Amino acid sequence: MASKNTTKDIITLRGSSAIVSEFFGYAANSILYNRGVYPEESFVKVKKYGLPMLLTEDENVKSFITNLTAQLSEWLEAGKLQRIVLVIMSKSTGEVLERWNFSIETDKEAVEKGVSREKSDKEIMREIQAIMRQIASSITYLPCLDEQCVFDVLAYTDNDVEVPFTWIESDPKLIANPQMVKLHAFDTKIHKVDTLVSYKNDEWDEE
Amino acid sequence: MDAGRSSSSSSRYPLKETILQRKPSRDDLDRFIPNRSAMDMDFAQYMIAEARNGKENPLSNSPAKEAYRKQLAEVMNMNRTRILAFKNKPPVIESLFPEQASSFNQPKPVKPRRSIPQTSERTLDAPELVDDYYLNLLDWGSNNVLAIALGNTVYLWDASDSSTTELMTVDDDTGPITSVSWAPDGRHIAVGCNSSEVQLWDSFSNRRLRTLRGGHSSRVGSLAWNNQILTTGGMDGVIINNDVRIRDHIVEKYEGHQQEVCGLKWSSSGQQLASGGNDNILHIWDRSVASSNSTTQWLHRLEDHTAAVKALAWCPFQSNLLASGGGGSDRCIKFWNTHTGACLNSVDTGSQVCALLWNKNERELLSSHGFTQNQLTLWKYPSMVKMAELTGHTSRVLYMAQSPDGCTVASAAGDETLRFWNVFGTPEVAKPAPKSNPEPFANISRIR
Repeated sequence: MASKNTTKDIITLRGSSAIVSEFFGYAANSILYNRGVYPEESFVKVKKYGLPMLLTEDENVKSFITNLTAQLSEWLEAGKLQRIVLVIMSKSTGEVLERWNFSIETDKEAVEKGVSREKSDKEIMREIQAIMRQIASSITYLPCLDEQCVFDVLAYTDNDVEVPFTWIESDPKLIANPQMVKLHAFDTKIHKVDTLVSYKNDEWDEE
Repeated sequence: MDAGRSSSSSSRYPLKETILQRKPSRDDLDRFIPNRSAMDMDFAQYMIAEARNGKENPLSNSPAKEAYRKQLAEVMNMNRTRILAFKNKPPVIESLFPEQASSFNQPKPVKPRRSIPQTSERTLDAPELVDDYYLNLLDWGSNNVLAIALGNTVYLWDASDSSTTELMTVDDDTGPITSVSWAPDGRHIAVGCNSSEVQLWDSFSNRRLRTLRGGHSSRVGSLAWNNQILTTGGMDGVIINNDVRIRDHIVEKYEGHQQEVCGLKWSSSGQQLASGGNDNILHIWDRSVASSNSTTQWLHRLEDHTAAVKALAWCPFQSNLLASGGGGSDRCIKFWNTHTGACLNSVDTGSQVCALLWNKNERELLSSHGFTQNQLTLWKYPSMVKMAELTGHTSRVLYMAQSPDGCTVASAAGDETLRFWNVFGTPEVAKPAPKSNPEPFANISRIR
């Protein structure tokens, strides 16, 4: 891996924020597709992270995610974003069935002093690829969502963040006594993103 | 009383006075007594615990512990971060695909998963139960009374009060009993005997009403009721429709089997009869075809099974759908469209299929088996995914019967036990009984 050293890329806070928010956009799309929140036929295949990824073509969902990632990158650049959670709930009862948890650790120095870091694009891509693969394969162990579901996204920010006009404060929408599976993490050297999915305990297994 | 006490307490009860004075002045405490209500004990606990965990045993943290800690942190940090969500919620799919969403939603509005007990609810002894694959010795009537034939005797077990009574015993020349079947009224019961006669009994008065003779030349191993018609299948391969009300009771003969008829079931509409024989053949007979001429031709002759066809079950939620199970060298459950005679599906179960029952409340099928597991298997229909395997019997599970409410299944096996399984869940309340699906103008056809 001699080429690895030669392709060290400079990562700035801004670039890192872009990577993370873009990652979240793709991850959200992938979760919505794989968990069947929206119908299969509303997604198209694109190539990303060296994988075939699915993106929604539904205008409303698309604009929701675009607005979301735009706001996220703003917070990421300010180093104020601690965590993003994608919540899947039952449409009829509102019960939370799954929480896709992306916790973010930000390099303080990069935010405060504008220091940039080095890490190859390829390596980051490989790490993201591993997460995406895990999301796609999660259907093998997650309980079947056999009812209509809706999703929501929660952003955990620092307390001093001004609440944007289009946002409101929310409860954490936790699941009581959940099962949890930790997925891979990726690190841009400025933002470290840990992925974890928690889901409603399946009573079926306990019998 | 209260008022009088408090007003006079200061002068008359000095001991009480001090206490009474302290109580209201809770806020200005003169000593340092920590006020617990003002502390976030959970958070403090977490901070202590986490700090210790991190220092002392960073390696012993299992992923589960780690995850728990994370969750705890999440809960405890609730007030310390801001959780934000968009005001505008993401679009709900229903508005985009209205017709699809509604059709998807309607048939099952959030059905909670049902747990299936893996063990039998109750086990009763069934001594002298004849271990013969070709007989039908168990039936559960609409009056909630279970009839089981043990040797020469028919016993009735009342499921509502768990009482057992002996209905009748035949002598050794006539016995053993080879089949029992409740009439739809839940009062009368037909008993087939080894001697080829069939007896009709009134279970209320414990009285024999009549004996049907002359139809068969050998034992009667299968019985099926269709209103006033009692259909009997014999070892001679003949199937006879007996009108139990009239003197010359034999009204029809179905001749198509070369060997013993061991499975016999009328469809819920009473229009079609399925019969299975030891000659590996499954016949479908149609009643409207039958009435026109005396030597009746079958509607379908199905030769796909490679062993005796005993287990038969008409689907309660789809007319013209029949499930049939084959014996030891066949081991298959097959599904038929009895209208066209097409085989819809075939599943190799790996074991002799002795009996089949449909769940009346869910799309599920229960099969009972012989060697090697002697189990009851619950299948999802139509996917035929195994939902549960119920073991407990130590010999092949020859007979199964379903309670009138459809929830409980009784199984009798060669190990001489009768077991009750709560396998089909609880019925939905106020659901019209799907089984009683009378043919149109049923009352008219009854007038002869």
